[in-house]
Amino acid sequence: MITLKLDGQEVQARKGQTILEVAMENGIRIPTLCYLEGLSPKGTCRLCLVEVTNWNGKLVPACVTPVEEGLEVITRSERLDQIRRTILEMLFLERNHICSFCVSNGHCELQDLAVELGMDHVTFPYRYPGLDMDLSHEGFGLDHNRCVVCSRCIRACSEVEGAFTWGFQGRGVGTMVAIDLGVPWGLSETCTSCGKCVQACPTGALFEKGVATAAQLKSPEIIREVTERRPRVF
Amino acid sequence: MERLRKIPVTRIEGHGLITIKLDEDGKVKEAKFHVTEVRGFEYFCRGRTVWEMPGLTARICGICPVSHLLCSAKAGDAILAAKVPEAAHKLRRLMNLGQIIQSHALSFFHLSGADLFLGWDEDPAVRNVFGLMERYPELARDGIKLRAFGQRVIELLGGRRIHPAWAVPGGVEYPLDEERRDEISEGLPEAKRIIERTLSLFEENLPRWREEIETFGNFPSLFMSLVAEDGTWEHYAGAIRFVDAEGEVIADGLSPARYLDYIAEAVEPWSFLKFPYYKEHGYPEGVYRVGPLARLNTCERMGTPLADEALKRFRTSAGGKVVTSSFLYHYARLIEILGCIERIERMMDDPDLLSPRVRADAGINELEGVGVHEAPRGTLFHHYRVDEDGVIQWVNFIISTGHNNMAMNRTVQQIAAHYLQGGDLSEGLINRLEGGIRAYDPCLSCSVHATGRMPLVVKLIGPDGKIIRERSLQ
Ligand code: SF4
Ligand code: FES
Repeated sequence: MITLKLDGQEVQARKGQTILEVAMENGIRIPTLCYLEGLSPKGTCRLCLVEVTNWNGKLVPACVTPVEEGLEVITRSERLDQIRRTILEMLFLERNHICSFCVSNGHCELQDLAVELGMDHVTFPYRYPGLDMDLSHEGFGLDHNRCVVCSRCIRACSEVEGAFTWGFQGRGVGTMVAIDLGVPWGLSETCTSCGKCVQACPTGALFEKGVATAAQLKSPEIIREVTERRPRVF
Repeated sequence: MERLRKIPVTRIEGHGLITIKLDEDGKVKEAKFHVTEVRGFEYFCRGRTVWEMPGLTARICGICPVSHLLCSAKAGDAILAAKVPEAAHKLRRLMNLGQIIQSHALSFFHLSGADLFLGWDEDPAVRNVFGLMERYPELARDGIKLRAFGQRVIELLGGRRIHPAWAVPGGVEYPLDEERRDEISEGLPEAKRIIERTLSLFEENLPRWREEIETFGNFPSLFMSLVAEDGTWEHYAGAIRFVDAEGEVIADGLSPARYLDYIAEAVEPWSFLKFPYYKEHGYPEGVYRVGPLARLNTCERMGTPLADEALKRFRTSAGGKVVTSSFLYHYARLIEILGCIERIERMMDDPDLLSPRVRADAGINELEGVGVHEAPRGTLFHHYRVDEDGVIQWVNFIISTGHNNMAMNRTVQQIAAHYLQGGDLSEGLINRLEGGIRAYDPCLSCSVHATGRMPLVVKLIGPDGKIIRERSLQ
């Protein structure tokens, strides 16, 4: 057993748990985006940054940082909120997130985070990249404009479905999710059309074809349910 | 002849600019209504999906989102080429009737009521919706209630009063249940009482507006709208009909999908709004009007008892078959509200309204589709081209207000010629210019409506091209 402090409160943890897992067990809410229960954590979005007081106030991503004896962690502070808001702003300005007619309007994790963290406007110039949609799959669609490059689809596809259809291509701000080796979704030879990627995706980037504005409801928790109900391979 | 250089008033959407040019004798030589906004919806829809278009285009306007929503869904129907369930058509119709009621009520009571009942020469501090409330409290209250009824119909169907994304290609997202239907039904008697007494009030006052009826855009023109197959007033389906100023049907049964065969659009350097005209008659002879006045001129009957009686009175008031004064758009609006309420009444027992089968699912079966529809302000066209996957490649809209562009210009010309005296931009003149435009209830964009008063700039220009006077109304 490991003992550590979360926001001044002493808590117990098992070895190998992450700060995020311990916080969740103790009912402490840390904002997350790329984290999804049932998938291995990747630490790509940085929204879960927390402050470790006895590491000189170092900021670490809670979802991938294992707990240690005696850690003193701050999960909520004005400084952290400010940083998280800035990260959110960056996510919003990077692509074209226009909630008003998005399929996920009202049911979007990115939008919910903006509300939760009080990010009501973007203070940097938008990039407005000209990005395409891929509607070649018969059941699903991909809109790069709304992708936050969290890799939840990639992990759901590889770790849970085992199809390895999704991957990243490009680097830095040009990183894009890609199907197989960059083919239109409808031509994929590996996609099983299971739809787990759509359920895992936190925004309207992946959606069921034919849904209208605000009509895309998702159940990302099915990823955890599926993994709990069967022996884990990883 | 010098060309007038015009600097857009501001970048704010929905600003109107009126220029009046005088000749050597100080008489009005020419007056124009310019639209100084660009919005670019036709461009940024490209690359989106056909399923998103109803929700996306509903954002064109905060007053008539339902019109774009339904029109877009209909263009989508054409692209899916699937059979839309009858129940979905009926529910969409119901929503459109609610939309016409709420939009017309807003135009008549909230936006024009003060002009009509307090008079154009009344002090601007009083001539607004609050002044109306003070002097005609019942009228003002009626307006609010009637509009709320129309909005409630929309809300009960689509879940949200503004911007419901409920109509989709192939049908509608979810059906109506008994409880919500009954709520609509309960609101009907009061709505009907309100519109009947407002109509009587308007008719009693007609003699008082003789001068306005003569000068607020009273000229011969063509009229265009959808009519049902048997010539009855129509707002959702049917075919396009043109009548001329004598009431002769000059074209009938035109397929909405082939609108490019009979409508062309001219571009003038001084306005961002294009000038549609009836192709066969050429530009500018082919000027036509759309909207409530046009619909009442093209149809043979309203199709419901009270509205039909009102239609007869409407035509008699103008001494003939066709009503050519744009001032009487107001009258037409009231009659349409009555007709819509009667139609909703008639629909209430229809078991189809509660049918659970409201959406046909289909892929992309056509690469091009046109949706047409009677919005409160007139005929609305959405025309899309998509690729095999349903991604929008090209879009064309003909927005209701656009059809009336030329007519609004003639109206401005007529009012200026009649009311301009001694080269002075008097309050009364500006108010009448505004009122003349307002009769069309133009939707230059949401902001035109937001304040209840049109942001308008009027410039008086001398024979030498110099601006003599300039006034703006906020
Ligand atoms: S498509 Fe969705 S799940 Fe995949 S990386 Fe983008 S936002 Fe994340
Ligand atoms: S949730 Fe931890 S980095 Fe994204």
